[in-house]
Amino acid sequence: MGDENEPGQPDTSEAKPREEKTSVSGLIILSVGLVVIWMLLWGQFTWLSLITGVLLALGVSIVFYLPAVEMSIRINPWYTLVFFARLLFDITRASIGIAWLVLKPRYVPSNAITAIPLRTRSDLIMTWTAEAISIVPGSIVLDVDREDSILYVHVINVWSEAEVDAFEEEVLRTEKRIALALGTKADVARVRAGSAASVTINRGGETP
Amino acid sequence: MTGDVRDWITIVLVLVAAVMCLAAGVGLLRMPDVLTRLHAATKPQILGLIVMMADIALNTPAVVTITLAIAIIFFQGLTAPISAHMVGRTGYRAGSVHRQSLVRDDLATRIEEAERTQASEK
Amino acid sequence: MTVMNVLIGVAVVFFALGALAALYRLVTGPTLLDRVVASDVLLVTVMCGLGAEMAINHHATTLPLLLVLAAFAFIGSVSVAKFMGRRDDT
Repeated sequence: MGDENEPGQPDTSEAKPREEKTSVSGLIILSVGLVVIWMLLWGQFTWLSLITGVLLALGVSIVFYLPAVEMSIRINPWYTLVFFARLLFDITRASIGIAWLVLKPRYVPSNAITAIPLRTRSDLIMTWTAEAISIVPGSIVLDVDREDSILYVHVINVWSEAEVDAFEEEVLRTEKRIALALGTKADVARVRAGSAASVTINRGGETP
Repeated sequence: MTGDVRDWITIVLVLVAAVMCLAAGVGLLRMPDVLTRLHAATKPQILGLIVMMADIALNTPAVVTITLAIAIIFFQGLTAPISAHMVGRTGYRAGSVHRQSLVRDDLATRIEEAERTQASEK
Repeated sequence: MTVMNVLIGVAVVFFALGALAALYRLVTGPTLLDRVVASDVLLVTVMCGLGAEMAINHHATTLPLLLVLAAFAFIGSVSVAKFMGRRDDT
């Protein structure tokens, strides 16, 4: 893939390579994940569950064919740990926040739907980012623009443009943590450089 | 002695989960539209579920229990955002949004743009 | 021990109130999506209740049930949302 270009150089040539044949490494990663889930479900790590798991995983990934996703083998254990710890912390904090918001005497709704252009070009990182910000209470991904890596997020309980912008910063930090944890070298370089997204959002009228 | 401490931790965790479920129910009643109900309803319950699983793992520490608890959290954590996204997306398209309470709505301009280009292409 | 029982009673009341509120929304909810969300809440409340019972009584027999419930919740709400989205498009 043409991933060798300068980070921060928004270009179209790199625009996602789509719908190729399933790569073998991708299939292997997927199968290993499925086998691990299978063994977790049975609660036993025996040869029987391993063999049935492998057979089932292969069967499922052949029968229910999915378009290939750029899988990276590179996983940074430390940053993965940081990501999950931070995720758990965020879930706890935001859950308590929402519970309080719901239970407190007077509630006035004030929300926002904001478009957040991500810096990554990778489907995998975009999916993980969407999952992570969806599972943290207070934000739901409503729609995704895959071509430009834009997430449309509904945020609860924001009162001003400034607060929405602060939330966007938060999402970009989440993206950075995920890219550091499981992105390719190009992804890491991209988020490290803090390069701007290749698109700007047209907020009808606000733009100078 | 240690059993006593464990019982207390158990009951505190159960109470946390109970408060989360109560908040979800109250949120369903109080919130004005589907999207905000979705926030208030489904999300805090994930914390409740995680807490409950930790509680069970604490009380019956066996390999089977812990792996199954991890599997449940993993499954719920992976699927809850997907169903929330599907419901939210459909809800927005179906127009059940309380528009007065939106500070900013980028999706509306985006959909407008898409429709305009579609119309001009025709 | 009595304090413990009182606290368990409080937790049961909370669970019941949450479930009742979800049930109310399930019956009255103006749109189908409200009902989907409400049924999700009801199901997770049931899961939390079963979990609480297991934790308090020190056993893990109904744990597989929770997994099945989680699967049904997911499949149910996704298929309804998908069905509604398709009807919306046409």
